[in-house]
Amino acid sequence: MTPVLEARDLHRHFGGVRAVNGVSFQVGEGEILGVIGPNGSGKSTLFNCLLGQLVPSAGTVLLDGQDVTGMAPAVLNRRGVSRTFQLLQVFPQLSARENLILAGQEHVGSRLARLFGRPDAGLTAAANRMLELFQLTHIADLAAGGLSYGQQKLLDAAMAFMAGPRLVLLDEPAGGVNLTLLGSFRERLRAMNTEAGATFVVIEHNMDFVMSLCTRVICIAEGKVIADGAPEAVRNNADVIEAYLGH
Amino acid sequence: MSRDHANLAGALGLVAAAAVLGLLTSPYIVYLLSLWAVYTVAATGLNLTLGYAGQISLAQASFVGVGAYTTAILLPHGWPFGATLALGALLCFALGVLLGFPALRVQGHYLAFVTLALATIAFLVFRNEAWITGGIYGIDHIRRPAGFTSGRGYLFLCLIVLALVSFGAWWLLRSPWGRAFIALRENPVRAASLGVVVRDYTLLAFAIGAALGGVAGALFAPLVQYIEPTPFALTLSFSLLLMVVVGGSGSFLGPYLGALVAVLLPEWLRFLKDYYLVTYGTAVILLLIFFPDGLVGLAERVLARGRTVK
Repeated sequence: MTPVLEARDLHRHFGGVRAVNGVSFQVGEGEILGVIGPNGSGKSTLFNCLLGQLVPSAGTVLLDGQDVTGMAPAVLNRRGVSRTFQLLQVFPQLSARENLILAGQEHVGSRLARLFGRPDAGLTAAANRMLELFQLTHIADLAAGGLSYGQQKLLDAAMAFMAGPRLVLLDEPAGGVNLTLLGSFRERLRAMNTEAGATFVVIEHNMDFVMSLCTRVICIAEGKVIADGAPEAVRNNADVIEAYLGH
Repeated sequence: MSRDHANLAGALGLVAAAAVLGLLTSPYIVYLLSLWAVYTVAATGLNLTLGYAGQISLAQASFVGVGAYTTAILLPHGWPFGATLALGALLCFALGVLLGFPALRVQGHYLAFVTLALATIAFLVFRNEAWITGGIYGIDHIRRPAGFTSGRGYLFLCLIVLALVSFGAWWLLRSPWGRAFIALRENPVRAASLGVVVRDYTLLAFAIGAALGGVAGALFAPLVQYIEPTPFALTLSFSLLLMVVVGGSGSFLGPYLGALVAVLLPEWLRFLKDYYLVTYGTAVILLLIFFPDGLVGLAERVLARGRTVK
């Protein structure tokens, strides 16, 4: 079966720094792949190469078997690829509901039809469902910039699901989220995986979160994949422990 | 009433108030009201480009100039006013698209300098291409359209156009396009990751803003009935920028209030003679220090405080 996402020998160099140095992996349909690694190991650069934010220095990115290397983020999004960022990326002056509508509107009809159609592009009901799913209904009409960090984090993740993507790349979704919220957040992600059939790639430092959510984990150190396998196996891998704890 | 509808009601209310005032007042005030309507149209265009989409432009005066010269040149050739207005807007739309391309590469003060270059080039064309623009002597005897030849009649035409522009801008800004423009301003990288094609919306923001500048110019020429390059120099771009900022950049009603201040303040401060600009500048600095969201922001704070007290 063709993998949903495949990276083939990806490289990204910044001058002499090899941030991503020959990374290859595949993500199958419905999989939740965790990407772990120490700070500065190249995880976010890898994400940016996969998602068109950076053009790889070498290598290929395949989506459903088709070469999408360097394709613009907006085009990838229309092909069903969505993402969140390491730092919060909501639109502070729009309400939580408006943020969600914005996240879905470019997938509804033609641009001209959107101009002359309904102001909400017919997405209010879908946005309300997403607010409910992420337990954000009570802040739907508040400006996103005024929400707590955890609420913004949830909203940020909800936006990634608004257009019903096939593949979602989450960059440190658990960072800064309190333990109570984290539990329900993990359940929301699981629900999106099982009910909506979305495939995930998750960068995360919170090992408990990764181990309890992901079906497979890869570990990156110095721009290379040093381990790939079941979460427990990767956690106990000697190279992974060494990469985290040092020599 | 939702905020969206309150914005439209506010804009149309101001247009209606200007119409009533126009019926009751002197020809000079009628002229000032017409000028307010013209500037509001131009500032609404700039507010769309700068306030909503976050793309700085110092070229709005050039678009007003293109619209004005298009009307002034074509009216004597028998073109109906409506056609000259439409053509001026279309020309400015096309120029706006061209101006938008550098914005895909540079932002902030670099983009300001690019737009400054266009403003300078346009001014030089208005001044030096005398075979078509009349050069420094300009074009005179610009006739007003039939039925709107009197000062009061022309005011009503300006207000009708402003009402149509208000409705159009309101519709646009509450549509998904308006949301995409705000996304462009607040976080283009995130917007792109959500499927917003940054290139297209950047070009549209420039083009639509420029087209409204063209509409304002088409109204301006028959209002003053004589045009030459000076009114379309960089000073007007700065004035329009000031109108947007003073009124409230990114607020629907900002340009209406900003243009009102820009048109009326010189009259109120006339007694200061040469110190007028210094006083105006000081007032603007104080306003922006204490109320960075402009007059609309100030009004919203007062209303919010009123609601809290109740």
